[in-house]
Parts: sequence; C-alpha cells; structure tokens
Amino acid sequence: MYAQMVDTGTPSAAAVDAQEARFQQRIDDGIRIEAQDWMPERYRRTLIRQISQHAHSEIVGQLPEGNWITRAPSLKRKAILLAKVQDEAGHGLYLYSAAETLGISRDQMVDDLHAGRAKYSSIFNYPTLTWADVGAIGWLVDGSAIMNQIPLCRCSYGPYARAMIRVCKEEAFHMRQGYDLMLALARGTPAQQAMAQDALNRWWWPSLMMFGPPDGDSVHSAQSQAWKIKLFTNDELRQKMVDQTVPQAEYLGLTVPDPDLKWNAERGHYDFGAIDWEEFYNVVKGNGPCNRERLETRRRAWDDGEWFREALVAHAGKAAARATAKAA
Amino acid sequence: MKNEWPLWEVFIRSQHGLAHRHVGSLHAPDATMAINNARDVYTRRNEGTSIWVVKSVDITASHPDDKAELFDPAQSKVYRHPTFFPMPDDVKGL
Repeated sequence: MYAQMVDTGTPSAAAVDAQEARFQQRIDDGIRIEAQDWMPERYRRTLIRQISQHAHSEIVGQLPEGNWITRAPSLKRKAILLAKVQDEAGHGLYLYSAAETLGISRDQMVDDLHAGRAKYSSIFNYPTLTWADVGAIGWLVDGSAIMNQIPLCRCSYGPYARAMIRVCKEEAFHMRQGYDLMLALARGTPAQQAMAQDALNRWWWPSLMMFGPPDGDSVHSAQSQAWKIKLFTNDELRQKMVDQTVPQAEYLGLTVPDPDLKWNAERGHYDFGAIDWEEFYNVVKGNGPCNRERLETRRRAWDDGEWFREALVAHAGKAAARATAKAA
Repeated sequence: MKNEWPLWEVFIRSQHGLAHRHVGSLHAPDATMAINNARDVYTRRNEGTSIWVVKSVDITASHPDDKAELFDPAQSKVYRHPTFFPMPDDVKGL
C-alpha cells in the first residue's frame, strides 16, 4: 500500500536524534518497520535504491533466458523455461510494489532504469550463447541470488521481507531446473558435456561477482547491516556460494575454472582465486557485452506498449463514466 | 509519468472455508484487469480459489501513532480469555 508520508515538519536536531534512536531500538529488538512508521530519510532512500534495483534485476533478468524460449530442445524444457521467466516478471512486480510503499511511483522507477540512473545486477549483461547457459543461469545465477535473498526474508522492512519470502519459495524451483538441465547435459554426449563445461567456464566468475565488491571496498555495508537490510557481508555470502557449489560441480563431472580452488581443512572452507574486479566495474559502468542491448530492449518494450497502456486507461475511464451516467 | 495505472490491493482465499488474506498489490487500469493481473502475479502455484481486489486509495488504515490508544486497553483485560478462570479438574464440559 502507498506509504503515508509522515510530515514531521522541521524538528530540532535533538528530537530527530531521539526519534532515530527509538527507530534503531525497534530494529535491534527485531520489530519490523512498516510503511506508515517513521523512518530516517536515509533508510527510506537506501531501501528505495536497494529494492528498486532488485526489481529491475528481475525484469532485465528475463531477457538472457527469454532468448532461448523459442529454441528450447523439447516441449517440456520450453514449458519449464516459460514458467521460470514468468516467475521473474512476478518477482519484479512484488519488489516494485514493496518499493512503492516507500513513496516512489512505479513510473518513476521505470524511468530511472530507462534513463540509466538506476542499476540492475551486472550479471544480466552477459550473453546466453548456448542452451547450456540456461542451465548455468538457473544453477549458478539463481543459486547466488537465493544465497543473497534468504537472509533478506528476515530484513527489517516488512514489505521487503514479505516479498522476499514469496521470491525465495519460487527461486528454489529455478535453481533446481537449472541443475536438472546441467545433469541432463553432463550425462549426455561428449559434445553436450563440453557445452556444459563451457557454460560453467563463462558463468562461474560473473556469478561470484554478483555478491558485490569485497567487504573492504563495499560502500554501504556498515550502515545497512545496522539497519538489518543486509545481514551478511558480500564476502561471507560469496564463500558460502563457493562451498555449496564446488561439490555440485564435481557431481556433474565438471571442472570449476579456477586453478587456485582448493579445500582448506583448517578453515573448513574452499580457498579460491582472485576475482577480476576490473571486469566487474567495467560491466557496472555499462561496458559489458550486452548492457546497451538490454536497456534498449527494455526501453523499446515500454515505448511500444505505451499506446496500449493509454488505451486501457481510456477504456476504464469511459466505462466508469457510462456506469455513473446509468446510475444517475 | 502521465496516466499511471492505479494501485490495487490483492486478497486471496487460499482454500475453501478460509478468509481472504492480503498477499500484495499491483497496478491495473480497472477492476477486471486487476483480477486478471492478480491471477497471473499471485496465483501461479495454486495459491487461490478466489480473488478480491480493492483500490488502495479506498482503504482507510489506522495510524501507527494511535497504536497505544487503540490496542493497549485490551492488554489489561485478561479475563476475556477463558484461561483466566481456573476450573476444578473433576468438573467436565467446561
């Protein structure tokens, strides 16, 4: 529901401090913040940025996989992929609604995306070159997303936490269908196995980059952790992802493309090689393989649909006017 | 920014006999489209047997600042709960 923007006038600094202390206390006590509750302006702005970028990622994230719907190798795989891509649209919509409770309009968010003011996950700027990429995305990209999203089901902002619960329930299907697809390829012909290995080679590092820069370089972390809108650090989540995924790759008979990867018995974790952060920042800045194409596709979809959106509003207006006239 | 579709709140009855429960919101130009969209957005996995949609602007909500005034009085009335009254063990049917 739309947030009721609480007009606090211009209170004194001390009053604001006291209010903010009460706010932080609520969060520390594990009480959820709801749309109508008072919140610091920075909390509101940070959440709008985080949730809207998350929503944009779901929407843009339909494109790399959508690329393969018409070329799926069987009717079963096609139906599964269609359902998965439709879920991503749904996830985007849950998240846009959650962001709107903070007082930003849907159209404003869409406009921010199309104007390049808002970001989306940089992973979706990589191309899907083969059918195996659909499997790798479900397994690795959705796998990373789940790792990141499960803690958010407990985040301090109620509408966001509730949206994440729905999203996480559905993401488990996405990851499994991806692994199932990889399994089919891994048990297939040498050419299919090679295709699976090639997909892992290309998606492994970008999937680890999804968790964001290393903790030392992460700009928003400390405050976001205090506000409980980020519950684990980027590096903690990345390590969890590596630990979970390596045995899964081994089961597939695939090799993780990292010569430095090895089990560290002392730490109880896998050690892994250095990530090419230059590539990450380059893609974030808009220079990935598909940045321009992705945004262009979104803009075109929005522009091409404009006449239709307006026609529906006109129709709804006329129908309402007719109903009023009839009643009078 | 012109002509943004209004926001609707969506309520789903998950099973026969249960109450409709708020599940989220969506944009739609009118009530019919809101139902259609709600079906696609909120019932992709058999979540529902019935959908209600209500325009968000038509909902009147209590204000968080009134929470104490509205809800605190109930706290001191424990006798409204049956467990307030200890019953003798050997009396049945209470």
